[in-house]
Amino acid sequence: MASKTVLYTKHLASNAKMVDFHGWEMPINYGSQIEEHHAVRQDAGMFDVSHMTVVDVTGSQARDFLRKLLANDVAKLTVTGKALYGGMLDENAGVIDDLITYYLSDTHYRIVVNSATREKDLAWINKQASAYDVSVTERPELAMIAVQGPNAKAKAATVFSAEQNSAIEGMKMFFGVQADSLFIATTGYTGEAGYEIIVPQEQAQDLWQALLDAGVKPCGLGARDTLRLEAGMNLYGQDMDESINPLAANMGWTVAWEPSERDFIGRQALSQIKAAGTDKLVGLVMEAKGVLRHDMAVFFTDENGVEHQGRITSGTFSPTLGYSIAMARVPNGIGQVAEVEMRKKRVAVKVIAPSFVRNGKQAF
Amino acid sequence: MSNIPAELKYASSHEWIRKEADGSYTVGITEHAQELLGDMVFVELPEVGDTVTAGEDCAVAESVKAASDIYAPISGEVVAINESLEDSPELVNSDAFDDGWFFRVMPSDEAEVDSLLNAEGYQEVIDED
Repeated sequence: MASKTVLYTKHLASNAKMVDFHGWEMPINYGSQIEEHHAVRQDAGMFDVSHMTVVDVTGSQARDFLRKLLANDVAKLTVTGKALYGGMLDENAGVIDDLITYYLSDTHYRIVVNSATREKDLAWINKQASAYDVSVTERPELAMIAVQGPNAKAKAATVFSAEQNSAIEGMKMFFGVQADSLFIATTGYTGEAGYEIIVPQEQAQDLWQALLDAGVKPCGLGARDTLRLEAGMNLYGQDMDESINPLAANMGWTVAWEPSERDFIGRQALSQIKAAGTDKLVGLVMEAKGVLRHDMAVFFTDENGVEHQGRITSGTFSPTLGYSIAMARVPNGIGQVAEVEMRKKRVAVKVIAPSFVRNGKQAF
Repeated sequence: MSNIPAELKYASSHEWIRKEADGSYTVGITEHAQELLGDMVFVELPEVGDTVTAGEDCAVAESVKAASDIYAPISGEVVAINESLEDSPELVNSDAFDDGWFFRVMPSDEAEVDSLLNAEGYQEVIDED
């Protein structure tokens, strides 16, 4: 029996088509995922992300613990509310999960992890935490709604209280603040401006309804996937997992090598991988008809004339660009062009850094 | 619940056909099929003048989810294609039984039409899926 979020009946009321998503019954779309995609790029859309897992890490050694647990360095967080994205690695430098950490105080950090990885994440975090004076507290009583798009902030402002609006006034990208009962963060998974709002479950339906009434369009997992892929953001389990190191998942920028004495979990293995060289995650663009899909083979010839092969990790039709885009893991040495095998034919594709659309516009 | 017009004939692979005044048959995919596929992004059609054979793939419907082969419900010559689908593949989603048609075939063996399903028979196919 799949779990339901507190917004389940709201989805049905908006004619959602529900699917099983890693044990959660979630909306895949409310009619047309492409229309929902455009709503986020052009106006404002919202997603129920209550299936995601909110965990509070508190205690006198919270900072020391997270500096050990995460490949990015929470010591970079010095301003209250500032958020940090990065990977949680195992000893072999495999990515256990990617997550966002919010700095609330030196003794209180909030992390948000994926739903599909919840159990193994909590087991791992608790195991590592035993050596530290910290408490790890899951917050299942909290729901989460992401409001995204060029008009998302303005529409959300009509729903927030005066106190909440003053708490978020002038808040920069990648910050979060507790404002009355809502935790409001300028984060997201679409490449648009907006908020991710953590809300007590008993208030979530009212907040959802108020946003609906403010003209925010409900959007399902289908649009969420095309939006995140256009933005060049990884999906855990598809673009990386425990068998993949962060350097091979376009997450090198989230690995804090300095200070060199910080001994985060996976550092030793990752240093060796870095020295030896590893695969990379690139973006692919195909302007011809057709759609690049997960697991298709990618071929390229290096400067010595040797052919190499990689694989598409995520592929889709980009509603914003009008043609297909993908992320692919390939050996080093790839140039600006490659070929993808589709329906037994090889089709030429362009190779770019994996960022396709930002703030509604082509990003490459 | 999908709409299944009683005046059309169906293939178990989810195509429909409708007889036109000139003796040709219009071919499309059912509302049920477009629901399963989701938003259409590309439709690849045969060319006018092509010969198609009943049961063989002759077009491709590519949606956000997957690329699906479309099979010719009857054999014959393609006499028209729906050129609007080139720029507006979403017509297949919004109007599967009318504006979202794929192509027209002049049948080479009209008896093939009789072997197709009626609305009731097609409903049973859906129910079994």
